[in-house]
Amino acid sequence: MAAVAGVFEVFRRGKSGGAMEHAGSLEAPDARLAESYARQLFGRRGEAAELWVVARAAIAHTVGASDELDHSYRRVDGYSIRDRLRAARAAAGVERGQFREGAQGDVDA
Amino acid sequence: MEAGFFDRLAAGEDVEAGDAMPDAYREALRRFIEMHGNSELMGALPERDWIVRAPNLQRKLALTAKVQDEVGHAQLLLRLVEDLGKPRERILDDLLAGRSKFHNVFHYPTHSWADVAVIAWLVDAAAILSQKALLGCSYLPYRRVMKRICWEESFHVLHGRDTVLALATGNDAQREMLQEALERWWAPLMMFHGPPNDPARDQLIAWRIKSRGNEELRQEFLDVYVPRIWELGLRIDDPALRRDPSTGSWEYTEPDWDDLRRIVRGDGPATAARLGQRRDAARDGEWVRRCFALAPAA
Repeated sequence: MAAVAGVFEVFRRGKSGGAMEHAGSLEAPDARLAESYARQLFGRRGEAAELWVVARAAIAHTVGASDELDHSYRRVDGYSIRDRLRAARAAAGVERGQFREGAQGDVDA
Repeated sequence: MEAGFFDRLAAGEDVEAGDAMPDAYREALRRFIEMHGNSELMGALPERDWIVRAPNLQRKLALTAKVQDEVGHAQLLLRLVEDLGKPRERILDDLLAGRSKFHNVFHYPTHSWADVAVIAWLVDAAAILSQKALLGCSYLPYRRVMKRICWEESFHVLHGRDTVLALATGNDAQREMLQEALERWWAPLMMFHGPPNDPARDQLIAWRIKSRGNEELRQEFLDVYVPRIWELGLRIDDPALRRDPSTGSWEYTEPDWDDLRRIVRGDGPATAARLGQRRDAARDGEWVRRCFALAPAA
């Protein structure tokens, strides 16, 4: 691997199974030293199950696009079924919770 | 862009690393974080002096870990300063030449192991209060770094308290040593948070770089730590020190704020010696940095 001088970004997995999280950055003359600095800076108390050390220059950076075209149909907040559900029950002549057993009741509307 | 930026800031919006920001905000931030980073770097020195003189192996290891933490904090903070546009080389040059500032408490000499204990307990405790007031900072990269720093500082205060307790439960000579150290450090501690100012007129608060005023921080320090100091049978050398039960706030002898300004400008009892140590370290470590810079790639 070629020497990458400059700034490295470090990502840390606290516990195995968890997600990688940005831990911070450091400056090092090459990737090998960056790795050893990263272990000292971000993992010396056993707080890192795993580290990713990435040259900043290698990171493709993009920011979240604004939702100008309304993509709410991709999300749960794009749907509101409450009124439709009520209308469907009325049309079917069914009481809310009629087919449910036990004392739990209908929790969704 | 400027007016809109400050409106959004006032409305509680935060600033991310790559966001556009007015020069005034960037400069205030840069200066503030640079002083913080410099203080961490200089704060490692009085403690480093005592690694070789620590009373036992356990203390030596803990102190070494603490010094590594402080230098690590400096690295995290000065990285932010670099990303705000000032190269590391210039940061260090300015520090060594006495052109930039660091915290008042690191301008004093240490006389005994009890000084190390008092610094680790009370100076770190005072510092944590200031640092916690940065956890809501509007500049998000700083906020994230502060989260990590505060996590590490909590070990420092406990280590300091443990060291103080060892002396407080020791023999007469040890208790006397502790009392003397407290007397030496009380005045610097009372100055630590800076002169009382009007938080409503504090630009750093208005821009949500920090969240609490100087006097508020000092009052909390007194509230928490004076009882803890007294309960160890230690005396605080200030006849005016008392908590007014009707207002709940502490009265104390006004520190000499001119003295504070003079010290922070670089005219403290140990300023020259400490900067000298830092210069020696920079010179002695030069060949190591050169080797690393030339290190072949893995």
